[in-house]
Amino acid sequence: MPHRSEIRFILNGRDVSISDVGADRTLLDFLRLDRRLTGTKEGCAEGDCGACTVLVGRLTRDGLRYDPVNACIRFLASLDGCHVVTVEHLAGADGGLHPVQQALVDHHGSQCGFCTPGFVMSLYALWMAVPEPTEAQVETALQGNLCRCTGYAPIIRAAVAISRYGSPAADPIAREREEITARLTALRDGQRVETGPEDNRAILPADVDDLAACLLDHPEATIVAGATDVGLWVTKFLRPIGPAIFTGHLEGLKAVEIRDDALWIGAGASYTECQDELTGAFPHLAGYWDRIAGWQVRNMGTVGGNIANGSPIGDTPPVLIALGAEITLRKGDARRVLPLQEFFVDYGKQDRQAGEFVEAIRVPLPQPGQRHAAYKISKRRDEDISSVAAGIRVTVEEGRITDCRIAFGGMAATPKRAAKAENALLGQVWSEEAFAKAAAALAQDFTPLSDWRASADYRSLSAGNLLRRFFLENDAATDAPVQLTTA
Amino acid sequence: MKDAVTITGTVHQDRIHDSATKHVTGRADYTDDIALPEGTLHAYLGVSDVAHATLKGIDLTAVRAAPGVIGVLTADDIPGVNDISPTGRNDEPVFPTEKIEFHGQPLFAVIAETRDAARRAATLAKVDYEVLPHALDPQAAMDAGYPHVTLPLKLERGDVEAGRQAAVHRIKGRMQVGGQDHMYLEGHIACAIPGEDDDVQVHCSTQHPSEAQHMVAHVLGVPSNAVTVNVRRMGGGFGGKESQMNLFCAIAAVAAKKWNRAVKIRPDRDQDMTATGKRHDFVIDYDVSFDDGGRIQAVEGSFAARCGYSSDLSGPVTDRALFHADNAYFYPHVRLTSRPMKTNTVSNTAFRGFGGPQGVVAAERIIEEIAYATGQDPLDVRKANFYGGEGRDVTPYHQQVEDNILDRLVTELEESAEYRRRRAEIVDTNRTSPVLKKGIALTPVKFGISFTATHYNQAGALVHVYNDGSIHLNHGGTEMGQGLNTKVAQVVADAFQVDFERIKITRTTTEKVPNTSATAASSGSDLNGMAALNAVEQIKARLVEFAAEKWGVAPEEVRFLANRVQIGDEVLSFDAVIKAAYMARVQLSAAGFYKTPKIHWDRDKGQGRPFYYYAYGAACSEVTIDTLTGEYRIDRTDILHDVGRSLNPVLDKGQVEGAFVQGMGWLTSEELWWDDAGRLRTHAPSTYKIPLASDRPRIFNVNLADWSENRELTIKRSKAVGEPPFMLGISVFEALSMAVASVADYRVCPRLDAPATPERVLMAVTRLQAGG
Repeated sequence: MPHRSEIRFILNGRDVSISDVGADRTLLDFLRLDRRLTGTKEGCAEGDCGACTVLVGRLTRDGLRYDPVNACIRFLASLDGCHVVTVEHLAGADGGLHPVQQALVDHHGSQCGFCTPGFVMSLYALWMAVPEPTEAQVETALQGNLCRCTGYAPIIRAAVAISRYGSPAADPIAREREEITARLTALRDGQRVETGPEDNRAILPADVDDLAACLLDHPEATIVAGATDVGLWVTKFLRPIGPAIFTGHLEGLKAVEIRDDALWIGAGASYTECQDELTGAFPHLAGYWDRIAGWQVRNMGTVGGNIANGSPIGDTPPVLIALGAEITLRKGDARRVLPLQEFFVDYGKQDRQAGEFVEAIRVPLPQPGQRHAAYKISKRRDEDISSVAAGIRVTVEEGRITDCRIAFGGMAATPKRAAKAENALLGQVWSEEAFAKAAAALAQDFTPLSDWRASADYRSLSAGNLLRRFFLENDAATDAPVQLTTA
Repeated sequence: MKDAVTITGTVHQDRIHDSATKHVTGRADYTDDIALPEGTLHAYLGVSDVAHATLKGIDLTAVRAAPGVIGVLTADDIPGVNDISPTGRNDEPVFPTEKIEFHGQPLFAVIAETRDAARRAATLAKVDYEVLPHALDPQAAMDAGYPHVTLPLKLERGDVEAGRQAAVHRIKGRMQVGGQDHMYLEGHIACAIPGEDDDVQVHCSTQHPSEAQHMVAHVLGVPSNAVTVNVRRMGGGFGGKESQMNLFCAIAAVAAKKWNRAVKIRPDRDQDMTATGKRHDFVIDYDVSFDDGGRIQAVEGSFAARCGYSSDLSGPVTDRALFHADNAYFYPHVRLTSRPMKTNTVSNTAFRGFGGPQGVVAAERIIEEIAYATGQDPLDVRKANFYGGEGRDVTPYHQQVEDNILDRLVTELEESAEYRRRRAEIVDTNRTSPVLKKGIALTPVKFGISFTATHYNQAGALVHVYNDGSIHLNHGGTEMGQGLNTKVAQVVADAFQVDFERIKITRTTTEKVPNTSATAASSGSDLNGMAALNAVEQIKARLVEFAAEKWGVAPEEVRFLANRVQIGDEVLSFDAVIKAAYMARVQLSAAGFYKTPKIHWDRDKGQGRPFYYYAYGAACSEVTIDTLTGEYRIDRTDILHDVGRSLNPVLDKGQVEGAFVQGMGWLTSEELWWDDAGRLRTHAPSTYKIPLASDRPRIFNVNLADWSENRELTIKRSKAVGEPPFMLGISVFEALSMAVASVADYRVCPRLDAPATPERVLMAVTRLQAGG
């Protein structure tokens, strides 16, 4: 197949074309080492601190869209056709400080200053999308940015004041919008890209069919969607990932739509990209979705990747299993459909054959009588991996439980349904006693591990208590709040 | 500007951090941003994968053969002394030769053409060792008969046994307090550039350039005058870069001299967290006796700390825990002992508060015990035990508390935060809320200011006035975000009466100010502000003498006005006077010096005046816990904090807010967790959770006690601010404890250990629900 061997993108104002980009080359190293754009910092190299936050602009069906991402775990090859904006590109209308920068200066939002460029970029992205954000919106936007000095208060004060310093319409990125769109459009040649040395090859398929073909050619390849986990294989474990087949650019994997009484999520849709449709169809996931990682990671990570990765502590499998989700696996032109829970065979083992990839997730829409919940317990409320996660769907008809799906993460080697607990509820009258029995039955469903996130005892106890929470929350007799909110 | 009646950036005024504009534009250079000389090499540490073992040999064949590798540094390559112990105890080798003493201990360093090559090669060594049993925590170390890493301290006053007999109630308990990783956003880093003869320049991120200089010289076996250490700024320090940078500076310098090329070393975050020290965990046993009114009669306390494999700063850290085990309370009879335990973990080090917070949190636990035992509001117990009144003003280390302002400060906060009303409402609400429970606590802090090592309380500064009237300021302190350079420049601007912008703040370098102390113990502006002022006063004295003589006026008739100088009836611009002074050959440069007066400390006797003065503060926090999961939310925090007459109120407020959140993190979500093999498993932000924006209190009111003024002659009557507000975070911990106590109708002290993770909160709730 004809292909191109250079990665082409726009870095701040300039066109960049580089050949021989190894699969594991990160954007952060490129910026700092090759281009000496040292405003972007390395704080953790795992997408958790946000000091390396940059904006990545790309053409979508809805036009040019900019998202903050972590440069430390973003592979350079994945930026083909994108516009990368670093802190060095920011300036005010008069060439001085940008409104975001001036607001931070005036509100004393920096102390040591090392995290500051990352905060600038996250707040910049928020301000372009929401010029007058609430504190809650600011907090959500800053879930992926750590500051160890200020205690955040001055940063929040600055964030809600940015629009006093200027308007997004006058912003350089807004003003260059048409020009950048034209330049990015010109970069689109519909070609597959193959670059990098033989043992560290990066392949960007031309489209989804080409992805299927690439995987048949390279069944051993690492599939890289958002790189929010694969990025760490490189930065933390120095693991070779070549040949790597990148999928993050494939619009054909990003469709999110309601069809045939179900929500279909393309495996390549990021958490952010599917958020509106998903939480529209399943309102109980709204709060939960905002607690998956931080904003930068939600802009990169995909639901398909979260599933295919097979982690026992992934956030989406428990809630999707509870909703009765199925996944479509594709190999070449052949497809098969699997109930999601059957995909998880054992720790580190999934039912994915060589050359196969997750193409889409189908989630049946809610039906009358169903009560839903999605719970996550973690040491820190936001941007943390769950100690225990739970998805619950209980159907009640005439006061009796007629259907029930309960799935947990963090309780076993895989995301898993609580079969004994489900049985304890099935056919029972909706009552505190029934849920107490179900909670007790969890001991037969799970033998969780102790680790740094939580002890086995805590996991068992809190998992049972989540069933109690579900009962109280859905029980007409309880009117006091039973769950914390951030408001 | 020249005609303005006031100058910009004087003292006692809000002033933005001098690097703020550079911070937000990404143009503030940290060590990792410095352009490297041609041919720079990169170093990376090879570390142990066992906690305790006899080291039999390291096969480095594969390391040396790896692509890009130039060579390997081991203990054999150290030309001077293989030791970087900051207190000279010779117990901390750069690389060990006989024993591996913790999991992740640096054993060698790879030097390669790129950092990536060095890092990959560092994993290829084959280490031959014989595993020994290990002890990870203080209790295990005591059980195994491990030694102290340094001499314990005993503080004693009165007669504990007699006091106990006179009291009505007695409670004994134990509290475990976790450590804390600094999690500065910029990790450790050093870059050494070889020079001629023995010379080497080191750019790094240390709070203690002089110590790094002396350590590098010691390890290289050269005099200190051959080594220059430079620090422009740090991306956070918090104590973690007081002694811990010595290792990286030493390795970079040894390699730079060996290969005669610049060498840079930057561990990744995981190695930074596993190979460098943290806040000490403590196991505290307390025994308190008190009367019916909740007044303390006698306290005995034992403070065992996880010091790690070497002493590092554990001596002064555990000492400071004892110095603060009284917090704000008078103990009529007291005996406190420290147990600085050796453990097979990374050697723990300085961290904001330096042991003080662990002492304070124990004092607050004692208060809680009394409150639950007597059924009182803990705030009443606190007030009943404050220092003050006849014969109630002497600390366990025999220093008289002369400047206590807590009665006023706490009363003001109690009123402004409406503590009493809210507490009553909370008790009410808790009765009818089945799952969510609230708690509120108002806790004070009294923190002693000065290094307890008396000789550290000295500082130098160097001020040049160039003949165009511009000023160059250098002092021995380091900038880590706290705004020290801004404050010291304000002092200089005020003293000369010139605009702030006229003063160029430069990097800290051992070439300009020698033998400096660490920028630590909250002392930065106290010490360096005074040293800079001293330098300015010297230059001003020369200018006055010159002007008086030249213009024929009395010295008192020479006055420094805003950017001008009045000489008799004549007013000249500052620039004109400087130019004239230069032409008349007046020296326009001065080295300033300062040493803190009044302090002395006899450690053997446990008596003296280790602290020049105390800083005070108080916080009131309200929380809600979820009794099904242990999760919680900080609903509101009100703070009133004492910084004396603030040099820069807005920067001080920033320190208070930041310290509070960091202290809250220490006691809530930040958990250090070692597995049975002794491997730290919370070693990066993915696993070690410092507070996020969404964790800060939902309502957060922070005020400075603007009426306070240091009664001692500190710089402009201000007070130190770095550490004291860290302990305000204890109010959150105590409020969580009250919320837990609500499930047993406040009859039982929950004895919550720290950090109070959701797990610890839920387990405490469950224990109390089950009856204790």
